Amino acid sequence: MSATGIGAPVRRKEDHRFITGKGQYTDDINRPGQTYAVFVRSPHAHANIKRIDASKLKGRDDVFVFTGEDIAKDKVGGLICGWMIHSKDGSPMKAGPHPALAQGKVRYVGDHVAVVIADTLAEARDAAEQILVEYEVLTASVDTATTQNPGKPQIHAEAPNNTVYQWHLGDKAAVDAAFASAKHVTKIDLVNNRLIPNAMEPRAAIGEYDAGNEAFTLHTTSQNPHVARLVLSAFIGIAPEHKLRVIAPDVGGGFGSKIFIYAEEVVCVWAAKKVGRPVKWTADRTEAFLADAHGRDHVTHAELAMDAAGKVLALRASTKANLGGYLSTFSSSVPTYLYAPLLSGQYDIPAIYCEVDAVYTNTAPVDAYRGAGRPEATFVVERLMEVAARQLGQDPAEFRRRNFITSFPHQTPVIMAYDAGDYAACLDKALEMSDYRNVGARKAESKAKGKLRGIGFSAYIEACGIAPSAAVGSLGAGVGLWESAEVRVNPTGSIEVLTGSHSHGQGHETTFAQLVSQRLGVPIEQVTVVHGDTDKVQFGMGTYGSRSGAVGMSAIYRAIDKVIVKAKKVAGFVLEVPEDTVDFNDGIFSSKATNKTLTFPEVALQAYIAHKFSGQQLEPGLKEGAFFDPTNFTFPSGVHICEIEIDPETGATRIDRWTAVDDFGTLVNPMIVEGQVHGGIAQGVGQAMLEGAVYSPEGQLLTASYMDYTMPRASDLPAFNVAMTSTPCPSNPLGIKGCGEAGAIAAPAAVINAITDALGHENIAMPATPLAVWKAAQASATKMAAE
Amino acid sequence: MFFKSRKDDRPAAAGGSPGSSTAPGRASVHMTVNGKTVSGEIDPRTLLVQFLREQLRLTGTHVGCDTSQCGACVVHVDGRAIKSCTTLAATCDGATVTTIEGLAQGGELHPMQEAFRQHHGLQCGFCTPGMIMAAVDIVNRKGGNVSEAVIREELDGNICRCTGYHNIVAAVRAGAAAMSGASRRQAAE
Repeated sequence: MSATGIGAPVRRKEDHRFITGKGQYTDDINRPGQTYAVFVRSPHAHANIKRIDASKLKGRDDVFVFTGEDIAKDKVGGLICGWMIHSKDGSPMKAGPHPALAQGKVRYVGDHVAVVIADTLAEARDAAEQILVEYEVLTASVDTATTQNPGKPQIHAEAPNNTVYQWHLGDKAAVDAAFASAKHVTKIDLVNNRLIPNAMEPRAAIGEYDAGNEAFTLHTTSQNPHVARLVLSAFIGIAPEHKLRVIAPDVGGGFGSKIFIYAEEVVCVWAAKKVGRPVKWTADRTEAFLADAHGRDHVTHAELAMDAAGKVLALRASTKANLGGYLSTFSSSVPTYLYAPLLSGQYDIPAIYCEVDAVYTNTAPVDAYRGAGRPEATFVVERLMEVAARQLGQDPAEFRRRNFITSFPHQTPVIMAYDAGDYAACLDKALEMSDYRNVGARKAESKAKGKLRGIGFSAYIEACGIAPSAAVGSLGAGVGLWESAEVRVNPTGSIEVLTGSHSHGQGHETTFAQLVSQRLGVPIEQVTVVHGDTDKVQFGMGTYGSRSGAVGMSAIYRAIDKVIVKAKKVAGFVLEVPEDTVDFNDGIFSSKATNKTLTFPEVALQAYIAHKFSGQQLEPGLKEGAFFDPTNFTFPSGVHICEIEIDPETGATRIDRWTAVDDFGTLVNPMIVEGQVHGGIAQGVGQAMLEGAVYSPEGQLLTASYMDYTMPRASDLPAFNVAMTSTPCPSNPLGIKGCGEAGAIAAPAAVINAITDALGHENIAMPATPLAVWKAAQASATKMAAE
Repeated sequence: MFFKSRKDDRPAAAGGSPGSSTAPGRASVHMTVNGKTVSGEIDPRTLLVQFLREQLRLTGTHVGCDTSQCGACVVHVDGRAIKSCTTLAATCDGATVTTIEGLAQGGELHPMQEAFRQHHGLQCGFCTPGMIMAAVDIVNRKGGNVSEAVIREELDGNICRCTGYHNIVAAVRAGAAAMSGASRRQAAE
């Protein structure tokens, strides 16, 4: 391993601009003549718009106001949901329209009613306050569990009973038979709490129109600028694809919430032409709370069937998934194909059946958020396994071990074919690191202090590296999920790598350069990674689902293969030896037919000056591209162990230690991988203990600022004890599995399993706030007194 | 809006005192930002962060929440860390302001910047300027031998969504030690 190659903890190339304040995020960009947009948003969860009165702004030639009527007049298409799900009866999902500006009706607090555009932000805000909107307020339906009930307000005429689809996966008859023969059945009811993503950079967009070239530019906070361009062009119809440039510059975190194509982006691009000047919009934090796509929000009943010895026979789950007031870009896929296929966990479960009702409510749209479906699945599986072990009186670690899948490949009953893993290796290492054997003594010590100590496991699996295009196409995806790369070698031997992935914190500028540096033997400083601009980079699919290593880097790998093949040809001509005798190692071209050698930059120069070969023999230049379509998902896995101590008098719950052992296959940069694990755990702990979106029964978002929505802070979290094992992934050339979501997937179950272990009962929901824990601890005390 | 560099830097009163040339409804501010004197005529409701970002184009200071909760906007005013998203620029008239852009001296990174890079204390980079400015302030107040527990407590006003704080805490510890080492070296010289 070289100091900058695969596996080295290289310090990040991108950091210098961030630590010196020279990053360039969308809101840092101002365009000449720019105007500012402010959105008039619905204060009601469900209402008919009777009248929009902008007469107070009459005669103001410095203010533009546009409403849904203008959008309709210009035939601007609605926002789309790009994944078709069919119900179990074969009917397609029932989706209502999703206009960029409301057409007569609003469906959640924060829904877009009008846009006001003025010379300055302050003027636009002042003008927005002059607009009077008269609403006919309707009763709202906000509760996931009951929104399908008879008599509930109907949110979209197209979706009777507020039901988008009733989907299922698995063999129901086989599962029913297994349950009928089971010696023991464990049943649980779970709520997977609704979360608000809260990337620290609020969303922003700048639309621009160049009348001379009849071309648009959109600067936006996006994880996938090409997908944004495709949707804005092909579906929303604002501009032809080749006349729309989408630039996602530095992006301050995404976590899924910046995958989607939002109304504000549509409006800024469209309005730029109408206004004749660039239009900039930047969300304030409350707008982010109201109108960014939220995450999770499942209500689930699940059961596990076991034989007398505790071998799992079958699992079944029934879930209601809240998709909010409209279907966001990929929302339909999250509680279906990103969820139910993960319900086998790390376990050999012969039969699984899952049914999912996706429902509309008068709340913000819900879509993928870090983990997307997989945290929900892991929470179901790992709560079931923990509760089952307790009910059977078995050690939770050994109960899991007894049910682990031990040979690969392993076909689960729910689509997935796991290709590689060693689940016992992760468990053993985690048990050792967490000093599990002495947890009894630590519990006794805590008890002596009047505290309650608990330990919780989470043995998770996730499906990453999305995904084989044909496979996802057969499941309803509207796009392919390959990735693209181009490796451009310059005449001096420096290199630009153009990737369809997008980095918004993951460190691609470093890790992708490590790959190039290692394979072409050039110093890492000679490699620049280019991403996030549709005018510079070939079409690509972007970054989400922990796919950029497994899929994005694989495309670069394949492009490098082609560069090497071509460079060897060039070297053959220059060295005057047959090309098949040319070797390339550590940046040096050599041949057994000569004792002359060439460096990589020397060959690069020869490729461009083309003096040693004719155009008939070889094309000049050294630039190659590749599209990589994976053959399978990747299956990162691991064991996280959380140990907590509760003060039953106050409910204060302190995480005493956190052990994480993950198998991500090949690690490109272990420093960055560990950072991804840390951040994921923090978000998972946030879900388990702190965070939760709360809507009032009327549909008002009660958690719409950092004063109401509890973000994890430094003092809420411990230092994390993180380690890795490795079984390389066989379905991509580097053996990478992906690491971006693991912590957020593993953590919630580990925390709740620890808290319920301490409490001695299972009755606590996420977020387990101090108040919730205190109440639950009182119940424990009552229970103990009664016994 | 105008900018000029002034050698003899006497701040003028905000809001325009009688006899000054400030236009009605405008406030005039003068401050020293990253060692340079700047002045401007502003809408009195202009926030310090807006003045820095929009007028001075110092976009390293970020707005993450508008409610003083997240700390992406932390800058130093007269040597103390403050949240520039809820500070009126006019109230900083006459003040000395340091932003993330002013931390590195003579092309050399500040020890705290270097520590964040070395310890992978940042991912997306959006909270980072505020984190680093807050961290320098912690060391200024608490000294170089600051414990993990104190750092976690003191970072209460800064939210990071990417790192889980693990590496930020490591970076602040290392940066604190490096800062006190540097100041000891300076004292010895």
